[in-house]
Amino acid sequence: MTTVFKRPESLKDTETHYCSGCGHGIVHRLIAEVVDELGIRERVVGIAPVGCAVLAYEYFNFDVSEAAHGRAPAVATGMKRARPDLIVFAYQGDGDLAAIGMAEIIHAANRGEHITVFFVNNAVYGMTGGQMAPTTMLGQKTETTPRGRNALGEGAPIRVAELLAQFDGVKFVERCTVSKPRNVLKARAAVKTALSLQIEGKGFGFVEILSPCPTYWGLQPRVAMRMIEERMEEIFPLGRIKEPAAEG
Amino acid sequence: MAEKHLMCGNEALSEAAVAAGCRCYFGYPITPQNEVTAYMSRRMPEVGGQFVQSESELAAINMVFGAAVVGARAITTSSSPGISLMQEGISYIAANELPAVIVNVMRGGPGLGNIGPSQADYFQATRGGGHGDYRTIVLTPASVQEIVDHVILAFDLADRYRNPVLILIDGVLGQMVEPVEIAPPPAADLPAKDWALTGCKGRPPNKSRSLILGENELLEMNRRLQEKYRAIEAAEARHEAVDAADAEILLVAYGSPARTCRSVVRKYRERGYRIGLFRPVTAWPFPSAALAECAKGASAVLVVEMSAGQLVEDVRLTLGPAANVLLLGKPGGEVIQAGELEAEIDRIIGLHKMKRR
Repeated sequence: MTTVFKRPESLKDTETHYCSGCGHGIVHRLIAEVVDELGIRERVVGIAPVGCAVLAYEYFNFDVSEAAHGRAPAVATGMKRARPDLIVFAYQGDGDLAAIGMAEIIHAANRGEHITVFFVNNAVYGMTGGQMAPTTMLGQKTETTPRGRNALGEGAPIRVAELLAQFDGVKFVERCTVSKPRNVLKARAAVKTALSLQIEGKGFGFVEILSPCPTYWGLQPRVAMRMIEERMEEIFPLGRIKEPAAEG
Repeated sequence: MAEKHLMCGNEALSEAAVAAGCRCYFGYPITPQNEVTAYMSRRMPEVGGQFVQSESELAAINMVFGAAVVGARAITTSSSPGISLMQEGISYIAANELPAVIVNVMRGGPGLGNIGPSQADYFQATRGGGHGDYRTIVLTPASVQEIVDHVILAFDLADRYRNPVLILIDGVLGQMVEPVEIAPPPAADLPAKDWALTGCKGRPPNKSRSLILGENELLEMNRRLQEKYRAIEAAEARHEAVDAADAEILLVAYGSPARTCRSVVRKYRERGYRIGLFRPVTAWPFPSAALAECAKGASAVLVVEMSAGQLVEDVRLTLGPAANVLLLGKPGGEVIQAGELEAEIDRIIGLHKMKRR
C-alpha cells in the first residue's frame, strides 16, 4: 500500500486553537510540508507572532520562539546574524507586521536580512476580537470601524508586498492565497521558493498569504473563502511581485 | 600580564565585550554612548562578529533577544531615553530567561533631558523597569578598569542565571580616559545552553515563550523566577567599603560620585574625622546586609547621587526609619562637586559636634 497523504513530520500531532474555517492551519501545513521537503527541519527556527498564531510553537515540530508584538523581523535579524547556518523565518499577521511592527519589517527588508517572512493577511485583528487592521478593506465593518472603514481618518488598506518589493535587499515577493486548492498549491510553491532562496543565501524573501477569518468577517467558512476572491484580491492582487534574480 | 591601554569608558566596554567572546552588537546612536556604536562598527567585522545599526532601540533589544535565544552572547548599549524604549524587550528577555548584557550610559532626564551625566535611572534599573515581576542584575562600575571587569562579569552572570544584566554607567565614566588592561577571561564554569534554539537535530524541539495561559501556570512560573532572584540576592550582592568600620559619617554612593566621595573621605581622614564610604557595586541585588553592618556605628549616613534621590530609598529601606539617612542629590545631568560635598559634611560635623581624633 502506498501512503499518499500524511501529516508532515514538521507538524505536531495536536489539535489547534484556530476557529473553523481559519486559514492559519493551512498555512502552517504548507510551511511544515516545505520544511520537510527541503530537509531543513533540524536547522530551521521559526518565530511566532503576537496575534492568532501566537501559539505556533505548539504546532510546529521544530524550534520556535515567540517575539514581542511586531518585533519578529528584529528577532529574526538577531538569530540569523548570530547563527547564519540556521534557516530563520518569521510568521506574522497583519496587525503584528503592518501596524505595530512596520518599522521592523521595513528595515529588516531594506537591510536584505537573509530571512524569510510569511505574512498572513486576513484584514482583521483576530486574537483581540476583530478590530481594524492596516489591511482592513474600505467599507469593511470591524469592532473599531462599526460604520465600515473609511479612508478619511482611517486610511486605506496598506499593500505590504508592493511596499517591500521596492527595496533592493528584497529578493522575492509573492502574494498568494489559500482560497481554493489551486491557490493553495501556488502558495506552497511560493513558500518553497522563499525558503530555498534563504538556503541558497540569496537574501530576503517575503510571501503574503490572503487568508480567511470567518469569525470576524461574520461569514460561513465557505463564504469567507469566496470573499477572498470577490473582494480581497481586487485590493491585494495575487501574483509574483518580485522574481528571484537568475544569477547564481 | 596584559598590556595597559588608555581608553575611555565607552571604548573600553566595547573591547571588553569582544574579550568576553561577544560577537553580536546591536545598537542605535544616542549621546553620550556614541563611542560604543562607532567602535563596534569597526571592531565587530575585524573579529568575525556582527554589528547592526538598528532602526530603533526597540529593534536593537529584540535583535539581542534573537541572538540570545539561539545561544549567542549579545550586547546592546544606549542612554536613558533609549533604555526606556528597550524596556519592552528587557521584560521579554527576563520572561524568556535569556542571557543578555545591556549598558545604560545615563544622561539627564526626564524626557529628552540633556546629555549631562546622571544617575536618575536607578529606579528603572533596580525595579525591573518594564512590565511584570522581574529583576535585572545591575552592576555599577566606578572606573574604566571596573567597567571592563564588569562587562566580562556581566556576560558570565547572564549565562549563569539566564537573566539580563544591566550595567549602569554615568556619562562621566563613559567619557573618562584611564589606563586599562583587557584580557580574555579564563573560561568560567557555566551551564550548557541546552535551552537554545539551535535547530532540533538529535533532540525534541525547543520553544521559547512567555505566554503562559494554563491555570496557575503563570503563578508557578513567577514563583520559579522569584526563587531565582532570591538565589541571586544570596550569592551576587557586591560592595566596596572604604574606612567604613569606625565611621561616624558614612557616605553611600556608586559610579562617578563614589570617586568624589573617596577622595573627600581621604581628605577628612587626614584631618582626623571618622568618615567612610560604602559603595554598592551591585545596585540589584542591593548589598543590604553589608550596608547594615557598615552603618552600625554611624551617626549620619549621607547618600550622594546624581538624581533627586533614588539610591537613598534603598538605603532607607535597609537601615530603617530610626537611622539618620541624609541625601545630597543633584538631578538634571549635573556633576556633584567636591566642594558641595564638603560643605554638606562640614554641616553634619557641626550639627553632631563631631570631634577629630
